[in-house]
Amino acid sequence: MFRKILIANRGEIARRINTVAQSMGMRTVAVYSDADEKLPFVKEADEAIRIGPAPAKDSYLNVEAILEAVKKTGAEAVHPGYGFISENAQFARTISNAGVVFVGPPPEAMERMKDKSEARRLVVEAGVPVVPGTATVVPDVKTALEQAEQIGYPVLCKAAGGGGGIGMAVAQTPAEMEKVFRACSDRAKAAFGREGVYLERYFPAPRHIEVQILGDLKGHTLHVIERECSIQRRHQKVVEEAGAPLFQGGADEPLRQQMFAAALKAARAFGYANAGTVEFLYSEGGIYFIEMNARLQVEHPVTELTTGVDLIGWQFRIAAGETLTLQQDQIERTGHALEFRIYAEDPIKYFPSPGPLKVYRPPTGAGVRIDSGYAEGDLVTPNYDPMIAKLIVSGTDRADAIARATDAIDAFDIQGIKTNLPLHARILRDETFRAGKINTRFLEHHAKP
Amino acid sequence: MADVAAHITGTVWKIECKVGQAVNAGDTLVILESMKMEMPVEATEGGTVKEIRCKEAQPVNEGDVLVVLG
Repeated sequence: MFRKILIANRGEIARRINTVAQSMGMRTVAVYSDADEKLPFVKEADEAIRIGPAPAKDSYLNVEAILEAVKKTGAEAVHPGYGFISENAQFARTISNAGVVFVGPPPEAMERMKDKSEARRLVVEAGVPVVPGTATVVPDVKTALEQAEQIGYPVLCKAAGGGGGIGMAVAQTPAEMEKVFRACSDRAKAAFGREGVYLERYFPAPRHIEVQILGDLKGHTLHVIERECSIQRRHQKVVEEAGAPLFQGGADEPLRQQMFAAALKAARAFGYANAGTVEFLYSEGGIYFIEMNARLQVEHPVTELTTGVDLIGWQFRIAAGETLTLQQDQIERTGHALEFRIYAEDPIKYFPSPGPLKVYRPPTGAGVRIDSGYAEGDLVTPNYDPMIAKLIVSGTDRADAIARATDAIDAFDIQGIKTNLPLHARILRDETFRAGKINTRFLEHHAKP
Repeated sequence: MADVAAHITGTVWKIECKVGQAVNAGDTLVILESMKMEMPVEATEGGTVKEIRCKEAQPVNEGDVLVVLG
């Protein structure tokens, strides 16, 4: 195992990685920006190195400063956490060339996953179901109508070069298709200077289901069961669960097994090693691959609490070249776990709310785990994402976990900034949520004040 | 006369108006950045931009006046 590792991240995940690494006997190095100097993750590491001013591009995304810190401290490996440089294949390659281990997948696998059309081609070849759609741009209305017929209505029209909802429109019928195609085509030309529209099946209210993967460098790959992350706002996850309410009570078991097989096929197609996640959309009895994330997920604790698999521990062991000794038939789930992302934001409009944590008292209790980036008196600055902590609650089953979580959310005392704690309290009391009938548009219609 | 204030604490990312420009209610005047989100600050009523009280990259607090409309 490594003697010393550097954690190229901040907040709760830096702290969590630090705890695991220290418990495995490694010495730890934190890197921090000027905005984070006083935070717990800096104090708790064995060493701490300043890497730059507050903006992420000058600090946590500053590859040269991080490399400098690696050299200066003699760290043998770098754990990137999630976000920031975690999916930067170039960084992984650079440190590997310097003889330092990147705690993540091989850089080649990262590159294959990042190129969306290449990723789609690879998984289709491997027999993984993807969202039905056109692989190339649609040249004219006539072709669009033919393709739409094959894909099946409603069809989503996407202008090439667009993103984040720009240049996207839905056609419910062939008549609408003609209009929508022309509008999208014009928009593509006007906004992105490119001719071209792609079509894909539109899912009005899908569910987000994902499969945790672990693989070693010798080709032994297994899955660590599924999570559901359908409760989202602005395409960002808010509540995550293991197992998926979609499959509760043994529902759709053949589909679930089919999804596990597809996730493993996708991971193998990418040449994946270390911890990763294969994301799927579920709609009307079908599952469709969206992407594979080449990193530890924010929501990994719900998997840890229900399977007992120490994901970060395995990340280090696999990166150090050890064999993944777990076998697929040893992976079993016990009980249920939910994770609530505690965001510094207005609980109704979701506006960011940075500021001082005048009071910060997380709850305690049976089955309650807090992964927190801050302590009372710390300042939450506007420089980084709004997640200040994760509350993870486990129970014997979903109802038990929800009951414990309701108490824990009600007991969580944060003052000085606005947080989404009231939103979580509303979600937990929503009958539709409690029945597990959730989808990615849940918050548009439910848990209103 | 209307003072248009920052509705969040963050940094001025872009100024989308000029002094003397006529604006309608709902037009974006300034875009703030906070916690990895871009948040537009819109004109509360129609009028003319009389004064811009912020610069790009400047940190601002919730309630700070960014633009004065006349």
